Amino acid sequence: MTDNITYVKIKENFPDSIIDFHRNFGDATITLKTDYLVDICTFLKNDPDLDYNFMMDITAVDFPERDKRFDIVYHLYSLSKNHRIRLKVQESDQNQKVSTISGVWKAANWFEREVWDMYGINFKDHPNMKRILLYETFEGFPLRKDYPIDKEQPIYDKDIDYSNMLSEGALGELKSSQKKGDKDRSFFLHIGPSHPATHGTIHIVAEMEAETIVKAAIDIGYLHRGFEKQVEHSTYTQAIPYTDRLNYVSPLINNVGFVMTVEKIFNIKVTERCQFIRVIISEISRITDHLTCIAASAMELGAFTVFFYFIKAREYFYKLQEDLCGARLTTNYTRVGGLSHDLPKNFDVELKKCIHETKVAIEDVDKLLKRNRIFYDRTNDIGIISKEDAIEYAFTGPVLRSTGVDFDVRKQNPYLVYDQFDFEVPLGTKGDNYDRYLVRMEEMRQSIRIIEQAMEKLPDGPVNIEDPRLSLPPKEEVYNQMEGMINHFKLIYEGIKPPPGEAYLPVEGANGELGYYIVSNGSPKPYKCRVRPPCFALMQGFHKMIEGYMMADVIATFGTINLIAGENDR
Amino acid sequence: MGIERIFGDSLITTKISDVTNWARKFSFFQYPFVTACCGMEFMSAWCSHWDIARFGAEFPRFSPRQSDLLIVVGTVNHKIAPILKRVYEQMADPKWVISFGACATSGGFYQNYAAVQGIDKIIPVDVYISGCPPRPEAVLDGIMKLQEKVTTEKVIDTKYDSIKKSKSKIKKKK
Repeated sequence: MTDNITYVKIKENFPDSIIDFHRNFGDATITLKTDYLVDICTFLKNDPDLDYNFMMDITAVDFPERDKRFDIVYHLYSLSKNHRIRLKVQESDQNQKVSTISGVWKAANWFEREVWDMYGINFKDHPNMKRILLYETFEGFPLRKDYPIDKEQPIYDKDIDYSNMLSEGALGELKSSQKKGDKDRSFFLHIGPSHPATHGTIHIVAEMEAETIVKAAIDIGYLHRGFEKQVEHSTYTQAIPYTDRLNYVSPLINNVGFVMTVEKIFNIKVTERCQFIRVIISEISRITDHLTCIAASAMELGAFTVFFYFIKAREYFYKLQEDLCGARLTTNYTRVGGLSHDLPKNFDVELKKCIHETKVAIEDVDKLLKRNRIFYDRTNDIGIISKEDAIEYAFTGPVLRSTGVDFDVRKQNPYLVYDQFDFEVPLGTKGDNYDRYLVRMEEMRQSIRIIEQAMEKLPDGPVNIEDPRLSLPPKEEVYNQMEGMINHFKLIYEGIKPPPGEAYLPVEGANGELGYYIVSNGSPKPYKCRVRPPCFALMQGFHKMIEGYMMADVIATFGTINLIAGENDR
Repeated sequence: MGIERIFGDSLITTKISDVTNWARKFSFFQYPFVTACCGMEFMSAWCSHWDIARFGAEFPRFSPRQSDLLIVVGTVNHKIAPILKRVYEQMADPKWVISFGACATSGGFYQNYAAVQGIDKIIPVDVYISGCPPRPEAVLDGIMKLQEKVTTEKVIDTKYDSIKKSKSKIKKKK
């Protein structure tokens, strides 16, 4: 119990600060007194034995019946020590009780703004406490339990002029660190939200001096569709389709991550065949995601052929996904305790065909782009982000790896059966657009390697575990035995009921660490389901990658970030 | 076209509406207002396997001023709704709107505070494509439905009527 080094260290240095320490499904959780939060966070970051350099996630949980209504939950990760900790503080909704930790980790800034946006918790000393996903005229805080899910607000319909389009959140960011420039020479340029290269849902406000961007602010939330509220009103099984639409370019990874978190609360282990299949579908999703990303970003630089080659390759995988689960894109394939069904017949043959087509496409595109003068000039040394900045903003995934930081959840915290495969994690050196392109290309090759190994080792057996809490009983029992029928009825009418508890589980999404944090109170619906979106962190640091570069470089850089708005705005 | 083999180099009589609509329906200049998941299927419909170019609708113009077909692809929430309206208002006549997918049509399975429950609350819609997301075949079907609709539109009559009306008004004033 007390062997947790973080707990011991905090206890040594701040003896009065800890209210509670417990482990829940292997996750260590420390509940702190509010006053100590900033000091402890600074300590956790700087202490060489702890070295928590990643601020992964901040969220809140609402318990309206409690005196101190909110739990504010922090998830921290240390790359060098490879350990995680969950911090909690409890607070009422009176303003300005909890201090911001955005001075400790820059990444906390946007995450705290989101907590303010959704729960109305005002962080003390925060530089820019404005709404981020919603708009200024929105009344109330939608993720509070007393906000009805279907309470629509009138459509925000004042005449737009460009000064109004600049949301207060973005304005605050521009003001909070005003650069000294010749005021007469600089001007504001708006990119988006309806701009082809911003994928329709991002608004970049750039302060320009001639063709150079001096300062930029990003405004997001144009695809916020209430994922978390919606999941709180669905059963665990009904929630799986919503996860498809988070990162809709790689839906299967989202499915896998969600059900694995619920399984963690159930404390069950799925069958070996199921684990192998989950690895295979995750890697298929990773390939489709990278194909789309490179296709779109190359198209935006004028390389249309690449777009057609890669979308053609992706089409074969969509066909495969259709064979697998009946839908091309919105898969809904996994279930808690297994999969919706086993692999279809001839899956291995079809998969081999897909992989062959993809390999051909990858080699073709490699020849087209790698030494292409235009592509090279527009990506090399453009959009550079340093190692330190990337970690500070909690970047994960290919963007972080392009800077040379070796962090891949599949290697660091192996889940499923990833430790049984031989694959490498490609790293970049500079963290520019060209590196990000190369990293993604190599990751696709590695994913193909994993799929090939997994198909070879794929064991026989069932894909679903037999557990009366989760899986439907066989039909003979349903029709012939009372117990079987009751079990069937309860599972269908009420849904599965995990025991009370909370769990955070990260998987390696196509864009980085995709973590689900689920709080269960024993009912068939999740009490809280939080997604740690990799894109959200990337967008927070995006301005660092475009400031100082030319206007046209925004397009190139934005393409290689691979923003997926469904995941970013949820 | 093959028609010259029958008629030779001569005149063909037709209605102005017919010939204009015939030209219009095979040259949609679309503005893809892409927000969400449906964008992936939109890309598929656009590319080699389905090839929307066969219907003359392949060329996206990312400026509302240059386009006549607004395709709203994906969920529209309250934050982006005014922008959609503005884009629609910027388009010049004649213009058509396709609502692509369940979310744009009715809010889909996002029945909550954030999503607009159908874009027809903001702008008029000509064709709804169902599906979450629609398959590329459904997209092509939607384009064909719109082509049918375009052929039934009258190009000249409305204007002619309005001219007549204005003339009669002038007479009355005298």
